[in-house]
Amino acid sequence: MMGLCVAAALIGLAWLALILGALLWNGLSGLVPAVFTHMTPPPGEAGGLLNAIAGSVVMTVIAVIVGTPIGILAGTYMAEYGRFSRLTIVVRFINDILLSAPSIIVGLFVYVLMVKPMGHFSAVAGSVALAILVIPVVVRTTEDMLNLVPNALREAGTAIGAPRWVVIRSVAYRAALSSIITGVLLAVARISGETAPLLFTALNNQFWSVDLNAPIASLPVTIFQFALSPYAEWQQLAWTGALIITFAVLLLSIVARALTVRREDR
Amino acid sequence: MTAPAVARDARVRRFALTDSLFHALTRAAAILVLLLLGGVAVSLFLGAWPALSHFGPAFLVTESWNPVREKFGALAPIYGTLVTSAIAILIAVPIGIGIAIFLTELCPRPLRRPIGMAVELLAGIPSIIYGIWGLFVFAPFMQTVVQPFVIGLFHDVPGLSALFAGPPYGIGILTSGLILAIMVLPFISSITRDVFDTVPAMLKESAYGIGCTTWEVTRRVVIPYTRVGIMGGVMLGLGRALGETMAVTFVIGNAHRIHASLFAPGTTISASIANEFTEAVGDLYTSSLVALGLILFVITFLILAAARLMLLRTGHKAGA
Repeated sequence: MMGLCVAAALIGLAWLALILGALLWNGLSGLVPAVFTHMTPPPGEAGGLLNAIAGSVVMTVIAVIVGTPIGILAGTYMAEYGRFSRLTIVVRFINDILLSAPSIIVGLFVYVLMVKPMGHFSAVAGSVALAILVIPVVVRTTEDMLNLVPNALREAGTAIGAPRWVVIRSVAYRAALSSIITGVLLAVARISGETAPLLFTALNNQFWSVDLNAPIASLPVTIFQFALSPYAEWQQLAWTGALIITFAVLLLSIVARALTVRREDR
Repeated sequence: MTAPAVARDARVRRFALTDSLFHALTRAAAILVLLLLGGVAVSLFLGAWPALSHFGPAFLVTESWNPVREKFGALAPIYGTLVTSAIAILIAVPIGIGIAIFLTELCPRPLRRPIGMAVELLAGIPSIIYGIWGLFVFAPFMQTVVQPFVIGLFHDVPGLSALFAGPPYGIGILTSGLILAIMVLPFISSITRDVFDTVPAMLKESAYGIGCTTWEVTRRVVIPYTRVGIMGGVMLGLGRALGETMAVTFVIGNAHRIHASLFAPGTTISASIANEFTEAVGDLYTSSLVALGLILFVITFLILAAARLMLLRTGHKAGA
């Protein structure tokens, strides 16, 4: 039986190797500088992914700017002011559900909330959908990490007469800083590959656009569209885009983990 | 009062005011998280209402999905969602638990961290990557190797021949289920590993002390002790599988049909929404798709809530 467990672990590792191998095999050959300097091409022509990459970056940045403060504040409430309140128990439960809720549902929510009233798809709607995915990740890590800050530190702050918010700002946040950054990095890793919530919020755009009120291209949606197309050039760009996303995401998660490891070692 | 005392009083009051403001701000952010989930439920219900009131409860049990005649039913997507997730869970649970046992009981200590991390990286890969890999690598492999072999193997066995019938398209229900299995595997194994770590060392050592083998300790001590936590992890994986969109959309075939064969193309709730939403014309069509989303939301909410309650009972906080 234990042999079967070894086999199971080998299977898990084999899948990782297979997927990364296929990505490298198919994506590397298309990874030329033009990918980063040219726009997405019309069918049958060579081109790049510049507008898609730019769109992804724009929406990710906005989502992080909007979602992170809300997440950190909510996590602060749960770990500091409301550590023993009933609200915290409910919010923690709901947040855990949001954390694993299907992202396409978030897309539908934002469609009903913003796209339909506004009458058109827009980069703002896409950013909001991504922000909703950022919030639970940040809430979770902020709460967990603030809970790890020793109470003696807070008591020391209070003992010298600092009000609660000063203790939180200057003691608790400072002690938990690297872990909160980890949470934000994990959130970025999570949203940078998200496709489903963007399909009917940001839609897509064949051309260069950073207008927040207009549809905008994004790397995942472009991959989706190009991979399902019959054109070889588009399929090649889809593989290259997939390679870029995967390595960006893997890099982010490895950096995030490295940050936590260093904290554990201290 | 003296002047310094007045100044001190003012400062204390200012601090108290700032503090209550900050308190209120954090509290508002926490409540916003609640409102988000509430808002999702309400907006989906409002968006789905035209379809739900038009078709009534029959929406849930109608197979037909006809945009031209504006007749919609959710049975085929619900069926596809449940069957693909069931396949995924059946395959991922034994392998996931096997990996967890390997990592906690068998793996040499220096390898534990890298292997655990590799499995967790598998969880971090965006679903669209699984989709493109499934479409260009896995589906052709299924079409040319696996499916013809299985069809040939079972073509005279009653029952199984219907389950594995039909031309080998490559894409279809079984392929989607297999891809989902790969996707939920890391969630299940990382949570199972975490709950395995909660087993007190004393308990395991007592079992080793009376001469149990590693397998007996795992089977008789570790698994019974962590049963509820494992179930929670499995349900969490199930929640993922049910709602997973992109990986399935690539390889399911998007056919609103219920077919006995697992090789036949089908559809899932999330794949239907992803494929059709931007092309849906007419309010009833859009509303029917939102209604599908509402059904998915209700199912996953129940599953995830059950999973969290189970994990809470073990005192474990799942990170997935």
